[in-house]
Amino acid sequence: MFLGLWIINKAGGLIFQRDFGESLARLSTNDYLVLAGTFHSVHAIASRISPVPGSSGIETLETDTFTLTCHQTPTGIKFLVVTSPGHANIAGLVRQVYDLYADYVMKNPFYTPEMPVRCEQFDANLLKLVKAVN
Amino acid sequence: MSTTKPLKTLGEDVWRSKMEKVSGELFVLTYGSIVTQLVRDFNQDYAKVNEHLEKMGYNIGTRLIEEFLAKSQMGRCRDFRETGEAIAKVGFKMFLNLVPTVANLSADGRSFSLVFDENPLAEFVELPDDAKRPAGTVVVAPSSSSATGGAAATAGGSAGAAATPLWFSNVLCGVVRGCLEMMQLQVEAYWVSDVLHGDDINEMRVTLIKVLEDEVPAGED
Repeated sequence: MFLGLWIINKAGGLIFQRDFGESLARLSTNDYLVLAGTFHSVHAIASRISPVPGSSGIETLETDTFTLTCHQTPTGIKFLVVTSPGHANIAGLVRQVYDLYADYVMKNPFYTPEMPVRCEQFDANLLKLVKAVN
Repeated sequence: MSTTKPLKTLGEDVWRSKMEKVSGELFVLTYGSIVTQLVRDFNQDYAKVNEHLEKMGYNIGTRLIEEFLAKSQMGRCRDFRETGEAIAKVGFKMFLNLVPTVANLSADGRSFSLVFDENPLAEFVELPDDAKRPAGTVVVAPSSSSATGGAAATAGGSAGAAATPLWFSNVLCGVVRGCLEMMQLQVEAYWVSDVLHGDDINEMRVTLIKVLEDEVPAGED
């Protein structure tokens, strides 16, 4: 089950956050911003303190109740995909989300990069993807 | 998410299966009308038109890079030469179905040329005489000529063969610059020769100015 999507910009600011379904607890807007910033920093720290040189930042976070997958693009945007544990082909899902972002967000000439994402088409197509996956 | 496929195959696969196609004629007609409108708006000041086209290209490039990365799933290139190959074989192939050749790699590996045998943007175009580059003039990089170019402009030089020629496809230089800047590479891209000016080939020179170290995302060293 695709439970939620967060998009974090280069500076660590949350530019998109959506829950799909009821299983994720609702937090306040501020909490989401703080969490995103925290994850951004922890992601960077993890790549530094890793005992293996040349490590990436945090890629997966697995718990009993959910799995968090982080895909960082070479351009610095992070896609955080929250899924139920044991969700198959998360990589494929992340790729589809990135495809939608490249199409409906980046190609919207009135969207300023690095700013909060307020693109209806992105939302609509994302919901379609969620329905197809869940 | 890097791929082990050779770049040429990757480019062709993405072009064939993942890219939506539009009418080429519509595209080049639209582009042509943009250029002629800019020429009219700037009163035949080709230097300004070139600059504007490059800026437009830059804005396109900063957005286009995400689609490039999403569809090709390419990771980092190991050196600047590989960057050039990726731009030529995958990037240009995906978006314009063109594969320029990477040539004239400089000794320090910080500069290469993209040589286009054909340029679909300029297929039906004939430049007016005052927009062409006089035969035999050598093209220098805009960054080094901007000082002299500025002086010539303020000296009240009217548009003649001595003024800046129009680089019709300058938008492509901007696109390359925009895309690479999003990959933390600050480059300069400019045309050295153009079939519309009477040269044999279209050649774009891409030079690495510097790597934007402080913008590299965490974990990529």
